[in-house]
Amino acid sequence: SVSSIVPESCLLIVVGLLVGGLIKGVGEKPPILKSDIFFLFLLPPIILDAGYFLPLRPFTENLGTILIFAVVGTLWNAFFLGGLMYAVCQLGGPGLNHIGLLANLLFGSIISAVDPVAVLAVFEEIHINELLHILVFGESLLNDAVTVVLYHLFEEFASFEQVTILDIILGFFSFFVVSLGGVLVGVIYGVIAAFTSRFTSHIRVIEPLFVFLYSYMAYLSAELFHLSGIMALIAAGVVMRPYVEANISHKSHTTIKYFLKMWSSVSETLIFIFLGVSTVAGHHYWNWTFVISTLFFCLVARVLGVLVLTWFINKFRIVKLTPKDQFIIAYGGLRGAIAFSLGYLLDYEHFSMRDMFLTAIITVIFFTVFVQGMTIRPLVDLLAVKKKQETKRSINEEIHTQFLDHLLTGIEDICGHYGHHHWKDKLNRFNKKYVKKCLIAGERSKEPQLIAFYHKMEMKQAIELVESGGIGKIPSAVSTVSIQNINPQTLPLERILPALSKDKEEEIRKILRTNLQKTRQRLRSYNRHTLMADPYEEAWNQMLLRRQKARQLEQKMNNYLTVPAHRLDSPTMSRARIGSDPLAYEPKEDSENLPIITIDPASPQSPESVDLMSEEPKGCSGLPPSPEEDEEGLVMRVKEPSSPGTDDVFTPGTSDSPSNQRMLRCLSDPGPRPEPEEGEPFIPKGQ
Amino acid sequence: LSSSLAVTSEQIEHLHRRFKQLSQDQLTIRKENFDSIPDLEFNPIRGKIVHAFFDKRNLRQESDGLADEINFEDFLTIMSYFRPIEMNMDEEQLDRFRKEKLKFLFHMYDSDHDGKITLQEYRNVVEELLSGNPHLEKESARSIADGAMMEAASICVGQMGPDQVYEGITFEDFLKMWQGIDIETKMHVRFLNVDTIAHCY
Repeated sequence: SVSSIVPESCLLIVVGLLVGGLIKGVGEKPPILKSDIFFLFLLPPIILDAGYFLPLRPFTENLGTILIFAVVGTLWNAFFLGGLMYAVCQLGGPGLNHIGLLANLLFGSIISAVDPVAVLAVFEEIHINELLHILVFGESLLNDAVTVVLYHLFEEFASFEQVTILDIILGFFSFFVVSLGGVLVGVIYGVIAAFTSRFTSHIRVIEPLFVFLYSYMAYLSAELFHLSGIMALIAAGVVMRPYVEANISHKSHTTIKYFLKMWSSVSETLIFIFLGVSTVAGHHYWNWTFVISTLFFCLVARVLGVLVLTWFINKFRIVKLTPKDQFIIAYGGLRGAIAFSLGYLLDYEHFSMRDMFLTAIITVIFFTVFVQGMTIRPLVDLLAVKKKQETKRSINEEIHTQFLDHLLTGIEDICGHYGHHHWKDKLNRFNKKYVKKCLIAGERSKEPQLIAFYHKMEMKQAIELVESGGIGKIPSAVSTVSIQNINPQTLPLERILPALSKDKEEEIRKILRTNLQKTRQRLRSYNRHTLMADPYEEAWNQMLLRRQKARQLEQKMNNYLTVPAHRLDSPTMSRARIGSDPLAYEPKEDSENLPIITIDPASPQSPESVDLMSEEPKGCSGLPPSPEEDEEGLVMRVKEPSSPGTDDVFTPGTSDSPSNQRMLRCLSDPGPRPEPEEGEPFIPKGQ
Repeated sequence: LSSSLAVTSEQIEHLHRRFKQLSQDQLTIRKENFDSIPDLEFNPIRGKIVHAFFDKRNLRQESDGLADEINFEDFLTIMSYFRPIEMNMDEEQLDRFRKEKLKFLFHMYDSDHDGKITLQEYRNVVEELLSGNPHLEKESARSIADGAMMEAASICVGQMGPDQVYEGITFEDFLKMWQGIDIETKMHVRFLNVDTIAHCY
């Protein structure tokens, strides 16, 4: 199909061309991509999306490489291109002679920056391995500072009569100001956002708003002071993310994710379409020499730059960059709409050759996006470049990674070598000790990363199970490994549903009947001798069905990361029991036949505490607890008083079996610290 | 010595200086000497790390068990496990390289030296990892370890009937678990900066 050959960005540009042509054909003047709109509205969502979901580990591991490519590479490109184009202009005949060195350098700086939008659009589709992706993409993000500095510098210089050495030195320093200033602005806003999110536990609906607002403000603030807006945005996203994610509810997280993806998709589409339209609409001045030499030198500069820099970088890297990698990096240097918008910003007064510049810029953009964009995929296949591995993050991997981190830190300490790991460890400790306490609400601030990760995985899988319906469709990836397989000492769970004797069944039926009848009444006492003759068979059947479903669900959940469920009884049964008696249920001494069910309330210390019931089941289903055993083991105490009025049979207590509790939490999602009254029951309570 | 362990002579110099510092100019180091490193205090798995230095299996000695003291050669042997990968290695060398590193890790997990990582040992590992958080309950560590073990079992053995018991993670299983992760690129320490030598007490 077409889309497998032609990347989406190309198609969009073609659409833009068509639309532009159409509008022109009708006689109207087609709209051009104004720089204001581009920089203020179209670019930020894409950058925020990239920054917020930036894979931090590979980024920081390769930060040195990325910075060298971004800074040195872009500088090299700009000057090399600018210089050569100046030479071309001098030799190019009367049409080009008047273009000065500064103008050419400015042109060079505009065209030399690798564009994040274009890179994202093309690299998304080819799924290359993480390293290359982060190298090219990181470079495209970080070179914004260089571009901003060079652009403003040359633009200003062009209006000067003379450029002194002092100006150049100041320009050099301004680079640091721009980039570090941008990052600082981003960090400040990120911290403020994280701090704000700490207090949003009561108004969860506006949580996503803070993320977007603060990020956008960071961008605007940076742009206001001519600092690097892109770096500010990235810094804000990166800084706020770990703390915000710990504070906000699951739904807010989903909202943020989808809104960002939506906005960035829309922006990207609009950008490319506008590019197409602007091409048709703009005034063009085609000069063969200029355009062709620009194109040629762009490619040459890129290739040379990558080669030389890689040779230099490889001296310091552990994982060296192979020639294949270098080729992809060089080939992936796409130009895009940022270059166009910057060119558009030039004013005619100082730059009479603006149209020619714009034409050249558009040609280069088209070339890189169409030719390079289309051919990169077959080339990746041809060269057998490593592709992205779809690895599921597993708890084992997390354990191993953390173990390895600590091990390497320890070895570094023993060697007396203050390396990477040492500083990273120090940063982590600082983070844990001070920063997390300020920025994360409540108990989550003390939660170690491993636990947080574990809970995240559990939640994810619980949600998956719930979504998949729970019955019938057992995904083939599920293995039947359960807790018995690894720990034979745990009592087998074959009887999640105890086989009830006739008497017990009768008891249960009675309970159900009494409760179904008395849903509207407040029960103060439980009297199992009040028999009702009415058969509530339907309710009974329904209950059986639910039991079955719950059992299958539990079984599946047991196979996952969830703590093994050592439940005496099915959740529906325990619900029935709680529902029947809002008061604490005293197990009667002679009730040997009734399974004792008491429920341990969720420990307030950790809202998503993994398992509070001791692992070794002492009193098993159906057996009376021996007198010398204390009330722990597998007894679940009824929560005192769960809530007066919880007389609905199927109202789950807030302290229900952990897996259901978690399921409930997913569905009702009160956030990381659910107060008991916030958890919405499955079924609304009766009035 | 240099070629067999693929460490440069400069690095050996540096390590020797460090060794002298740690051993207080003695010829051998004991476990107690490691206590003098201040930064190691914060490390949750310091026990296992120190243990690994004295583990005879890592020292490539035939016997089993723990050595009481190690000399400089042994110290270097342990350090060589952390050398970075070289460009000119071929497939076979790379594979051996990788296995060596993983074996070192495996020995750290497998504390009773029986050749497999049992549930109890794995629980121990997770507990140690989480030991920096005093308020955490043991339950959490245990259930994480259980979940991880189940996952490992499902990776290594696949479908298991309810009666089968998964004894523990053997070295082959361990290799399988690490398949996705490039251990050879991750498990290394840079020896570049020989000037930044920390001082002990």
